[in-house]
Amino acid sequence: MYTLTAVTKTYQQKKRTVKALDGVDLVIPAGQMVAIQGPTGGGKSTLLQMLGALDRPTSGTVRLGDSELSAAGDHALAAARAREIGFVFQGFNLIPTLTAAENVETAFADGSTPRAERRDKAKAALASVGLAERADHLPSELSGGQQQRVAIARALVKEPSVLLADEPTGSLDEATRDEIMDLLEGVWRDRGLTLVIVTHDSAVARRAQRRLRIAGGELAELGPAA
Amino acid sequence: MGHGDLRVSLPSVFLVLIPAPRRTVFLTYLLRELSNRRKQTVIVAAGLALAIALVIVVSGVAAGVRNAQSSVLESIYGVGTDVTITQIAEPGTGGPGQQFAFGSGDGTTTDDGSTEVAQSTLSAARGTATFDSSALTTVEGVDGVSAATATLSLQNSSFSGTLPDFSPGGAGGAGADGATGDGTDSGTEAAPPSGGADGAGGSAFDVDQFSVTGLDPATDAVGPLSSASLVDGRSFTAADAGTDVVVLDQTYATSAELAVGDTLAIGGTDFTVVGIVASTSSDAATASDTYVPLDTAQALSGLTDQISNVYVTASSASGVNALKTDLQAALPDATVNTQSDLASSVSGSLSTASDLIGKLGTWLSVVVLAAAFLIAILFTVSGVSRRTREFGTLKAIGWSNSRITRQVAGESLVTGLLGGVVGVAVGLIGVLVVNIVAPTLSAAATTDAAGPGADGPGAAAGGGGFGQQIAQATTDVALNVPVTVPVVLLAVGLAVAGGLLAGAVGGWRASRLRPAEALRSVA
Repeated sequence: MYTLTAVTKTYQQKKRTVKALDGVDLVIPAGQMVAIQGPTGGGKSTLLQMLGALDRPTSGTVRLGDSELSAAGDHALAAARAREIGFVFQGFNLIPTLTAAENVETAFADGSTPRAERRDKAKAALASVGLAERADHLPSELSGGQQQRVAIARALVKEPSVLLADEPTGSLDEATRDEIMDLLEGVWRDRGLTLVIVTHDSAVARRAQRRLRIAGGELAELGPAA
Repeated sequence: MGHGDLRVSLPSVFLVLIPAPRRTVFLTYLLRELSNRRKQTVIVAAGLALAIALVIVVSGVAAGVRNAQSSVLESIYGVGTDVTITQIAEPGTGGPGQQFAFGSGDGTTTDDGSTEVAQSTLSAARGTATFDSSALTTVEGVDGVSAATATLSLQNSSFSGTLPDFSPGGAGGAGADGATGDGTDSGTEAAPPSGGADGAGGSAFDVDQFSVTGLDPATDAVGPLSSASLVDGRSFTAADAGTDVVVLDQTYATSAELAVGDTLAIGGTDFTVVGIVASTSSDAATASDTYVPLDTAQALSGLTDQISNVYVTASSASGVNALKTDLQAALPDATVNTQSDLASSVSGSLSTASDLIGKLGTWLSVVVLAAAFLIAILFTVSGVSRRTREFGTLKAIGWSNSRITRQVAGESLVTGLLGGVVGVAVGLIGVLVVNIVAPTLSAAATTDAAGPGADGPGAAAGGGGFGQQIAQATTDVALNVPVTVPVVLLAVGLAVAGGLLAGAVGGWRASRLRPAEALRSVA
C-alpha cells in the first residue's frame, strides 16, 4: 500500500531549519495495522502528514498504491484524500455548528453523491460506531468519546482504503481510550483497512500488528507487538 | 448554539423555511456559521446597510433637487425648451429705464388747485437687450431644431401722483399781505403751496410696475406658456395677433384683483383680459405677470421687429449640445444656453442644497461605502484566521480549495444581502421621512444683466447697471424625493458586490491555508 523512499522533510521555524524527517524508508503492506511511537517533536505527525497526502516531502518519494503522492499537485492530493484516506485527529476536529450526521456528511467532499444517499450513509456510519440516536446532536452536546466516534464515522463513511489516526485517544480518559481502540480495531478487522496510528501511549501501540519508533526524524522498527 | 436553543436568528429562519431533506451541507454550514458568530454578522451587515441607505437617500435627494430645479426652470422657460437664446446688452445700451416727463399743461387740475398726473410707459425689461426678429428665421433654419418661438420681455411702469398748487396767483401763492406781485416786494413772502395730496400742499406719487411678455399667440408647444395651465377664460389663438387682449398670471391677477373680462392698461392702451393661467409647477408663478400678442407688444413699445428671447426645442435629446454649438455659430452675437447651463442660474437654498448633495452627499456616500466594504473584508479575513483548524480539517478530509472558497464567499454574500435588504428598508424610510417633512427650498432663477454702463439715465435704483444678476422668478419649492427601481437595484447590487468582494478576499486567504500547516498550527 505505502512505499516511502528516502523521505526527508524540513521546515523553517523562525530563523532555523528543522529536519522533521531524515531519510525515512518505509513500506506498509495493505491491510496492516501499524503504530508509530516516539517523543514529542520526533516527526510522528510529519510522517503521518506524508502518508495522508497533507504535505509533500522536501526530498524522496511517497507512493500510495500506484500514485506518487510526493510529485502530485494540490488538486491531486485533495482528490487522494477525498477518495482513499480517512483521518481521525486527537482533537476530534468536528465542525462545531454542524450536527453529528452533518459532520459525517462533510466527508463527501466532491458533492457528487446524491443528497439522500449521503444522508443514509451518514446515518449508517453513525450506527456502525454506536451513535445512531445522536445523529442530530451538536458536538457540544456529545462527550469526548462520542465526538471521537463521530470523527471515526466521518473517516469511514466514504469507505477509504487507509485510515490514519493522529493520537486518537490523546484527549480521552482510560476507559474511553479502550472503547475507541476497540472500535478502531474492529473496523480494521471488519473492513481490511490499512490502519496507521500515531501515538505516544504504549497501551495503544501494543494493540498494533507492527510498531515503529521515530525520533529525531529517523524511523526504526520496534518489531511486532508482544 | 445548542441544539435545544430557542433563540432564533435571521439566518436560522431560512433553515426552517427549507425542509431538512432539501438542505445542502453548503447551505446548512453557511447559515449555522453566520448564526454562530452573530455579532460579526450584525456588524458587517449593519455597515453595509448604513452605506446602502445613504446611497438611496442621497440619490433620491439629488434627484428631488434636480426635479425641483427643472420645475423652477420650466415655470420660466416652459416645458420642452431645450435651448434659449438671448442677447446680453452692451454697455451704454439697454432700455431707457423709468423716465417720466410731464409738460406744464399735463394733468388734470382739481378744485383745490392740485394737479393730478398719470403716465405709463412700456419698455424693454430692465437688463434685457432686444435683437432683430430675423434671428427666429435663422434659428428655424438650423438643423436639429424641432420648434422655435420668439418673445419680447417688457416692463409696464405707471406713474401717478398729485402735485399741490404752486402758482403765485393762486390761493396759496398770494403774498403775506395779500398783494399780488412778483414776489419781490420788500417785506412780502410767497405763500406756501396749497392743496395737494394731503390738502396742505403735500405731494404723493405712486409707481406701479408689472412684467409684460409678448409672444406668438399661435404657438403653445414651446415657450413660457407651454408649462402653464389654463385656470379661467381662454388661452391665445392665432386670431389674437395684433389685438389688444391679455392673458394674466394667476398670482398677478389675484394681487391686482383682475378677472376675465376686466380691462388692464398696458402702455396707455386698455387690454381685455381673456384668460388666466397658472404654472403647472406647484408654488411657482409663470415667467411673466401678463402676456400679450408679440406684434401688439412690439407696436406699443416702439420696438418694431425686435425680440428678446428665442425658445428652441431640439429634434433629439441627445443632440442638444450639438444644436447649441450650431446655433451659436449661426448667431455669433447671441447667448445660447441649454437647460443644464440654465440650471446654474437657479440660486437660493435650492441651489445650496444642490451643491451640498452634489459634493458632500456624494463623497459621504463613497466614503461610507468604502468603509463598509473594508469592514466586511476585515471581518471575513479575521473569521478565516479564526477557523484555521476547521478549514485545515476540511482540506484534510478532501475539500478542494474551490469548495472552501465557495463556502466563505457564500457566507459573505448572504451577509451582504442581509445588509442590502436592511439598507433598502432604512433608505426607503429615510426617503419617506424627507417626503413627509417636505422641506421648502427657495429658488430664484436669474439671468445675466448688462454690464456696467448699461444704466443710462432713468435706470433708477435697483437697475441692472451694477452688472448684477436680476431675478426673473423667485419661488418656493417643496422638496420631494423620488425612489426609482434602478436606484434600489443599484443599492442591492452594491451590497452584493460588497459581500462578494469580502468573500473573494476571505476565500483566497482560506485557499492559501496548507492543511499540514493549518493542523500543525493548532497542535
